[in-house]
Amino acid sequence: MKKQKTETLNRPDNTAFTQQRLPAWQPMLSAGIVIPGFLIIGLAFIGIGVALFVTSQNIQVLERDYTGVEQNSDNNCFQCLNRTNCVCAVQFNLTQQIEGPVFFYYGLSNYFQNHRKYGVSRDDYQLSGDTSYFTEPDEDCIPYRYDSSDRPIVPCGSKANSLFNDTFRLYRLVGGQKKQVPFDGKGIAWWTDYNLKYRNPTLVDGSLAKAFNGTVKPVNWPKPVYELDTSDPSNNGFLNQDFLVWMRRAALPGFRKLYRRISEGEYADGLPTGNYSLEIDYNYPVHAFGGSKKVFFSNVSWMGGKNQFLGIAYLVVGSLCIFMSLVMLIVYAKYRFADEDS
Amino acid sequence: MCTILAIGKGIWESQEGSAFAAFLPPPDGNNPPFSAFLTFWSYVIILNTVVPISLYVSVEIIRLGNSYYIDWDRMMYHAPTNTPAQARTTTLNEELGQIKYIFSDKTGTLTQNIMTFNKCSINGKSYGDLLDFAGHSIEITEKTAKVDFSWNHLADPKFSFHDPSLVEAVRQGSKEAQNFFRLLALCHTVMPEELNDGGINYQAQSPDEGALVTAARNFGFVFRARTPESITAVEMGEEITYDLLAVLDFNNVRKRMSVIVRSPEGKLTLYCKGADTLIFERLHPSCSKLMEVTTEHLNEYAGEGLRTLALAYKELDEDYFNSWKKRHHEASTAMEDRDEKLDAIYEEIEKDLQLLGASAVEDKLQDGVPQTIEQLSKADIKIWVLTGDKQETAENIGYSCNMLREEMKEVFIVAGNTREEVAEELRTARKKMKPDSSDEPPFHKSGFLGKKSEVVEDETVESEYGLVINGHSLAFALQEDLQLEFLRMACMCTAVICCRVTPLQKAQVVELVKKRKKAVTLAIGDGANDVSMIKAAHIGVGISGQEGMQAVLSSDYSFAQFRYLQRLLLVHGRWSYLRMCKFLRYFFYKNFTFTFVHFWYGFFCGFSAQTVYDEWFITLYNLVYTALPVLGMALFDQDVDHRWSFRCPELYTPGQLNLYFSKRAFLRCMMHSCYSSLILFFIPYAAIHGTVRDDGKDIADYQSFALLAQTCLLVAVNMQLGLDTTYWTAVNQFFLWGSMSVYFAVTFTMYSNGMFLIFTSTFPFVGVARNSLNQPNVWLTILLTSILCVLPVLAYRFLYMQLRPTINDKVRYKVRQDKGPPPDAPRRFRPRRISTRRSGYAFSHSRGYGDLVTSGRFLLRPMKSRTALFSRSASSGLTLSEESPQIFRPIAEEPIA
Repeated sequence: MKKQKTETLNRPDNTAFTQQRLPAWQPMLSAGIVIPGFLIIGLAFIGIGVALFVTSQNIQVLERDYTGVEQNSDNNCFQCLNRTNCVCAVQFNLTQQIEGPVFFYYGLSNYFQNHRKYGVSRDDYQLSGDTSYFTEPDEDCIPYRYDSSDRPIVPCGSKANSLFNDTFRLYRLVGGQKKQVPFDGKGIAWWTDYNLKYRNPTLVDGSLAKAFNGTVKPVNWPKPVYELDTSDPSNNGFLNQDFLVWMRRAALPGFRKLYRRISEGEYADGLPTGNYSLEIDYNYPVHAFGGSKKVFFSNVSWMGGKNQFLGIAYLVVGSLCIFMSLVMLIVYAKYRFADEDS
Repeated sequence: MCTILAIGKGIWESQEGSAFAAFLPPPDGNNPPFSAFLTFWSYVIILNTVVPISLYVSVEIIRLGNSYYIDWDRMMYHAPTNTPAQARTTTLNEELGQIKYIFSDKTGTLTQNIMTFNKCSINGKSYGDLLDFAGHSIEITEKTAKVDFSWNHLADPKFSFHDPSLVEAVRQGSKEAQNFFRLLALCHTVMPEELNDGGINYQAQSPDEGALVTAARNFGFVFRARTPESITAVEMGEEITYDLLAVLDFNNVRKRMSVIVRSPEGKLTLYCKGADTLIFERLHPSCSKLMEVTTEHLNEYAGEGLRTLALAYKELDEDYFNSWKKRHHEASTAMEDRDEKLDAIYEEIEKDLQLLGASAVEDKLQDGVPQTIEQLSKADIKIWVLTGDKQETAENIGYSCNMLREEMKEVFIVAGNTREEVAEELRTARKKMKPDSSDEPPFHKSGFLGKKSEVVEDETVESEYGLVINGHSLAFALQEDLQLEFLRMACMCTAVICCRVTPLQKAQVVELVKKRKKAVTLAIGDGANDVSMIKAAHIGVGISGQEGMQAVLSSDYSFAQFRYLQRLLLVHGRWSYLRMCKFLRYFFYKNFTFTFVHFWYGFFCGFSAQTVYDEWFITLYNLVYTALPVLGMALFDQDVDHRWSFRCPELYTPGQLNLYFSKRAFLRCMMHSCYSSLILFFIPYAAIHGTVRDDGKDIADYQSFALLAQTCLLVAVNMQLGLDTTYWTAVNQFFLWGSMSVYFAVTFTMYSNGMFLIFTSTFPFVGVARNSLNQPNVWLTILLTSILCVLPVLAYRFLYMQLRPTINDKVRYKVRQDKGPPPDAPRRFRPRRISTRRSGYAFSHSRGYGDLVTSGRFLLRPMKSRTALFSRSASSGLTLSEESPQIFRPIAEEPIA
């Protein structure tokens, strides 16, 4: 017995793993799976596509360009094109009520918020309220790190510096009367941004302004960060909703950002038909780099904002699948190799 | 790609960047060429994920794994010698799947170098085959009962014979049978060696002789001792001493040897054994009938690849012998033309012989050699045998191991002694095979400028041909001006045998093929003389066994038996190649796709080298998320199992042409990933464009887009992996699903509150996963992209399979049809060659020891001659085994001085 053991000492182990005999599932692209598979996927996609498409169709969007590059009958923003601190207005007529809740967006195009240099030009520690970074902002913020007299900029960097600063007021024109439509600006930023990512520094003597002592406002800003919304302390400083929305930088050079919700009072059900005038404090220059500015009134659905693409894509892919399954069926019936003896 | 992006950057910078400066002041001043230059390098950094370090690491792991599989394979473990197969290198596994030429040694590699007395024909009756009751021959296997030799206490226990009728014949005193074995016991030049325990050990010049003498010993005619003048034998238990009057020695022309002995009764007899054709010419006319029967038997034996000898005797009368003896003495002392005179004298007495029969000795092939060679040639692997043996032996082995076949249209034999002769022979052979072939060798045209490369293209011929070339002809053929001619001609043949080649020539032949053919070569051998060849070839395989360790030590793979070669190539090699190619294709696919998405994004982010994905994702993509599934595939995948690999050796051919990872395959892989990356970028782009969350908040932000794009990518590449995997083990499933879940777990963890609070600026993506992965349109986008990535591939493969099925598809389809394991290939009976071709006769092919035996010098200086034997055998790398008297040392090449 012992001898036998030494005789076969080098014999490899007989396990499924070492002998490469692991039990396995070996699927094959057989006609019985592929053709019905394509058919089923096709049908499912068409179903999803129809649902998406219909949903998207039902979303109402009103879109107006107010860049003012061309003279336009419905707005007078042309006059503001090369001026600052200018007020202009966009007139529009709703023939169909936009179902509520209505969201009001501004949109910029040809605007590269996704530029790498732009994206990194910020200081996360500063923005999370760490005052030690108030005196010495992150290097990435250059050239918006210190101002000309070497005082630290808070919030630093291009991203904060370029905060969108047009403001909008919507009036409904009822019988020649301008009636302001109330805007709701609460909770338009991500919950995580508002509650986690951005935090104001601890108040000094109960004052936010004092916490920012020794810092200066970003170069382009008319007022410091602690004065963004003096009326509401919970919407001030880094926690200002407009600031948060802006700081969530867009992925693509054309984007829209939520400005306000219209959901209060008589507008809870939506924007009723009628004439409207949107007054704009036109401050933000985009003409220089060929950008444009737009406003959108839109409602949403379960699938988000209006986007025809997904629905159409699903429909197209679904139809292609069914088409392909037919092609494959024909090819299979005509040419299948199994019959020829190999 | 970097250049395109850098140029794009330059243009963007000059057209838009300067205007955009209001919001993004360029830190390095407004200098488009310079920032383009910087962008170039930024993109170099981003896009270098095409060939990440993990590729090298994974390749090494796969190679290591596949090497271990070879080590672990029980089917390549040889129990009698306790030798498992051994992969001594890890870097060549995939080349095992691409072998086009095998160069094999003969002795010890194809053959066991053991001769066994197998069959004989005595007085017109053939012995050695077992017949069942119906008269059909039964195949002899290990289990067949052996003949009991216990009645003969001098019998060699290692000898085995399966036909009991022969023993009966001998024991019943059949005169012919006794005479037959008496001849075998007397007519030879073997030296006996008494062992301490009373046994006898034979030292034979050739293994054939040893086998014959051993056979006689077992059948009761034991050769005991010899002096220069006498031979002592024990005949059926009775000790008899014969006077040895003359030894008519063997040489290449005579192809026979005779002894003349006087029995104790005073009868003079000449015993002769030799090549049948020569013996038959010298038979007494009265034997013509017996000759016919014996010839039939001989043909049968030859058909089985046995080495045959015809045996004959003649009784001499005293007077004639004395006069002959006198003339013999004169001739042997002649000063001039001694050899010729001796031959004439020999010729004179060797006539009017009485035929006794014929013996058949098997030069035992290793187990499964013919089957292996057949399998390998079905796999379109060309086998060249390079051996030091004589032409006849080599040819004979060529036939018996199925390399040379009767169906071959012609077997060319090149044995010219001058350069011109060889050149002429090669040319005529080529013209015969392919009359319209040009004299200019067809060089492989390389891509650039149609420049001639050194590589010669394959030429195909319609029928099968064989080539046998001699060592000295080979020397000419390998010369600079003839080698191309030789190579072209040899490569047209299905089988090539080079005999009498030196180790250096072996290496030269291998080098020639390696240099001039775009093919992977493998050399297999067992002895020190094969080392040069093993080192020269791409892959060297050593047979670990009888001839020491030199070959093994210089080899890349080693195992105990030649037949394991087919498993090494057809199973391990093929799988390794398949796996490596699949791995590389998939790996490049996933990284190209990954990288191309950055490329497309470049056009939408001002060429600012902004990455699409989260930095953490980029770090972990190759390292964690996609590392294991692809490894799992590359370690476990097999298209069909090993039994089917054997049944369909044709599966091997794609590897030889390197179909799975050629430039074309690579290009296809690039195109595929280009397509995928377009899908993976533009579908999320379009889906996210201008849209918002279902509560109106932002979702088209960079971070959500990054998350969406990376999830799409991961799902798509994993689905692609699923499509590529043909062999789903539990491990594969685990790796795949495990990686996906790890991805989501890691993503949620990294984007969680805690991580952000601890490392604020390291994980800026806080909350993204929660905010975007709860959106139905995000999931719909993921579904759409991954389906769109996979479906075209699926359709393409399906259609391709229907329209132009590859060999793999066919076999896999067959496997599916058959279900269950394939039936074992029908056991082949040894192919019987119906042939008039006489196989090699059982002599070593040099001059015999006759002089030495009769001169008595071996008795005067026994020690010296013994040491000479030893040193010779040691120099040829032989190991002596005292316990196995059946293993004889071939002391062949030069006669002892």
